[in-house]
Amino acid sequence: MTVLERLGHEVVFPAEQTCCGQMHINTGYQRAALPLIRRYVDTFEPYELIVAPSGSCVGSIGHQHAMVARRHHDEDLAQRAQAVAARTYELSQLLVDVLGVEDVGAHYPHRVTYHPTCHSLRLLAVGDRPLRLLRRVSGIDLVPLPDADVCCGFGGTFAVKNADTSTAMLADKMRNVLATRAEVCTAGDSSCLMHIGGGLSRLRAGVKTVHLAEILASTAGAGQGAPAAVSR
Amino acid sequence: MSARDDVLARIRAAARTGADGTGPASFAAAPSPGPRYRTRSELAGPELLELLASRLTDYRALVHLASAATLADEIGAALRRRQARRIVVPPALRLPLPGFVTATADTRPFLSPAELAAFDGVVTRAAVAVAETGTIVLDGSPDQGRRAISLVPDYHLCVVEAGQVVHLVPEAVARLAAGRPLTWISGPSATSDIELERVEGVHGPRTLEVVLVSG
Amino acid sequence: MTAFLGLPGWPGRPGSRRPPAEPAHAPRGVGHLRAADPFPVAARRALADAQLRRNLGKATTTIRAKRAAVVSELPDWEELRAAGEAIKTATMADLDRHLEQLDAAVTARGGTVHWARDAIEANNIVTALVQAAGATEVVKVKSLATDEIGLNDALAAAGIAAYETDLAELIVQLGHDRPSHVLVPAIHRNRSEIRDIFLREMNDVSPDLTDDPAALAEAARQHLRRKFLSATVGISGANFGVAETGTLCVVESEGNGRMCVTLPQTLITVMGIEKVIPSWADLGVFLQLLPRSSTGERMNPYTSMWTGVTPGDGPQSVHLVLLDNGRTAALADPVGRAALHCIRCSACLNVCPVYERTGGHAYGSVYPGPIGAVLSPQLTGIEDNASLPYASSLCGACYDVCPVKINIPELLVHLRARHVEEARRTQRLPSAEAITMAAASYVLADPGRLAAAQSASRSGRLLGRRGRITALPPPLAAWTRARDAPVPPPQTFRQWWQGHHGDDRGDRDDRGDQ
Repeated sequence: MTVLERLGHEVVFPAEQTCCGQMHINTGYQRAALPLIRRYVDTFEPYELIVAPSGSCVGSIGHQHAMVARRHHDEDLAQRAQAVAARTYELSQLLVDVLGVEDVGAHYPHRVTYHPTCHSLRLLAVGDRPLRLLRRVSGIDLVPLPDADVCCGFGGTFAVKNADTSTAMLADKMRNVLATRAEVCTAGDSSCLMHIGGGLSRLRAGVKTVHLAEILASTAGAGQGAPAAVSR
Repeated sequence: MSARDDVLARIRAAARTGADGTGPASFAAAPSPGPRYRTRSELAGPELLELLASRLTDYRALVHLASAATLADEIGAALRRRQARRIVVPPALRLPLPGFVTATADTRPFLSPAELAAFDGVVTRAAVAVAETGTIVLDGSPDQGRRAISLVPDYHLCVVEAGQVVHLVPEAVARLAAGRPLTWISGPSATSDIELERVEGVHGPRTLEVVLVSG
Repeated sequence: MTAFLGLPGWPGRPGSRRPPAEPAHAPRGVGHLRAADPFPVAARRALADAQLRRNLGKATTTIRAKRAAVVSELPDWEELRAAGEAIKTATMADLDRHLEQLDAAVTARGGTVHWARDAIEANNIVTALVQAAGATEVVKVKSLATDEIGLNDALAAAGIAAYETDLAELIVQLGHDRPSHVLVPAIHRNRSEIRDIFLREMNDVSPDLTDDPAALAEAARQHLRRKFLSATVGISGANFGVAETGTLCVVESEGNGRMCVTLPQTLITVMGIEKVIPSWADLGVFLQLLPRSSTGERMNPYTSMWTGVTPGDGPQSVHLVLLDNGRTAALADPVGRAALHCIRCSACLNVCPVYERTGGHAYGSVYPGPIGAVLSPQLTGIEDNASLPYASSLCGACYDVCPVKINIPELLVHLRARHVEEARRTQRLPSAEAITMAAASYVLADPGRLAAAQSASRSGRLLGRRGRITALPPPLAAWTRARDAPVPPPQTFRQWWQGHHGDDRGDRDDRGDQ
């Protein structure tokens, strides 16, 4: 929000919005996701461009909404969902591809490592866009994350249904984060960050998780003392 | 109802499940636009031989280049190095073998597996070779023999003519006749079953030596 | 016979629902498709095995690098994948015709074709053929299909000893163990464990045997040599069966496959019906996709192809057993059937972060890993493998490497939906999870309810100290066993937005140009 407004764009947060329904779909409750899909389409249909700060939500909107609608024989909703999904962007896609910006004028004097998150990486193919944005942030000390493209183990309800396996994957992700000696781990997905951040917090590792958008929103004189915690 | 009829009926019923509109359109076979992968070589003769030689070597085959004039010498030198004196050959090998070798042709009544195991090695020709993958293919023709003779002995010397070499796998498939028993060989027998580390030499010939004849 | 009148779990149009018939799934009590424990339970056991974690991590890292190297060599890899997918899709659309053609072609060349509805029938056919050949021993080349149906157990019950000849299968058989990988069944064993098994179980091995892989391979060669030279019956699977020509194809590395399909007088091949490919030229695609995806080689050392009987060369009695065992049930699901496209390369196992940590045994089926999680439940019926579709974080690494582009994450989500639908139809009371999901949907379908819930969740601040929550009530307790949960912020984004943008409700009418 702050980043986009700083770049001179008018941003609207339609209060009617709720949730994309990914959790329901990925857990098998497609019928329960239908009203959420309908609401998403109803809410965002009038807008020109839609942006979400979460790769997996954008992935669900793009890859699942129409599919679920079709499975429940609602072709009209499927077509509308497809049209809205085509205008829905993950933040780094919007900034780099649509708005043509890489330097958003941010300042963030911290050692940061970036976790690409599976759905941004594979479903949306955002590639190195987030890294291109981060490299232009002044003051940042950006360090590569070993085995960055391996899943952190979140996977929505996977983290609860298969808690042990999820934790084993998280352990390896945290080992790699800690090996970078970064003070901040960032990503374009709040859910993965909550997972990684929860693990790091439990270890009292002294590494914060901060959403990509928050780093891009930071400017000189604001929030320099300590990296902001994840909040939405 | 026979099992055959039953399974076929199940398949037809399964296909109908999708045809009534409850499934995606993927049921109908899409019209094929023709292959978009490579089916024709871009490489010329000498480059093909070079590629084949390097790919064979990569997978631990021993490779020698020869001309028609030096072929006999190369075969003789290879068998001498190997100290292969008793060798088995296909019924119509048509290759010059050195004098120190006793060659037994595998003709009716065929040699038993135990008899084959007693030979020092086998010499055959090939049907086709694939440069990109370092593969030679035997098709059981009289200059290659039964599958067993190139399998049981521990040493296989194979002579490949330049005209038999293609660049790509699809080119090899197009040249080969489906009805013949085919053996595609890419290096000596190997396994990666222990910690996924490749080890050469298990049940098939542990040494594969190839003489490539140019021109 | 069983008819497929309705697709289980498939939400039909209102009024069009016909009574669902029982699909022909793989029968219970035979073969190796079902686990004793649900995945999370078996996985927990496996995760505690440090040696297993190390063995798997090392092996999968090695194979991933090899695959990536040989795949990047080909300029037309994506075109080959697309061709592989197209061929498989077309094959499934006309499976009956291709199988009839295969049957006719094999028969015309002197082979005998048998059809088996399920594992029991296939085992009976093979057992009878071995007995008819007068054999009490058979040599086997690695075959997932025969493992799936539990053929070795069936043969043993009939007094027939089956000798596995693939090195890894030999390790598994001698270790009285189960395979844990499609390609490398003993991937869970390291070299010193294998040496110990050989020393314990082989009566012809030197006590000085080292754990050098070359020495272990040599020991296997010596051990099996006599068996190969004297065997009268060989049993194999098939990687491909070409409908157009009747040609069967076995792809392998060690030469044990060549031994089994060449030296015995009788050869019996058990092939799943989905392994048929329409035309000879299709081999040009799959013989590129398979080796590069599986062992990470440009080409595997040996590929054998035979077409019926070749007089004077190889087995003179050649049999093909075509196996259903639940495959037609998978075929009846227009989405799920893509799992039948699998060519058993195992690339998806090697890149899967779940498989890499739990290993294959946790999946409880001869088909482990991501492909197993979508294939096994379809062969057995979802209820018998209900935990498998959830054994994935949906990270998508499997889809990226699949040589025939099976969208495994999509199939997993699809099977989860089928499972939920089936459970709802068969259970009188909704599960706690179903209630939670319904409640979440109720809240999330209306922004007013969501705002209220968000405000209420801020009471979670009472649970938290210093910005973290260390224990949540069930079912979320599983989360806080290993991770903290963030304390809800003092202000929700919704409230922050209201504060910053006054009464701008973002209504359609007052939206600005963006």
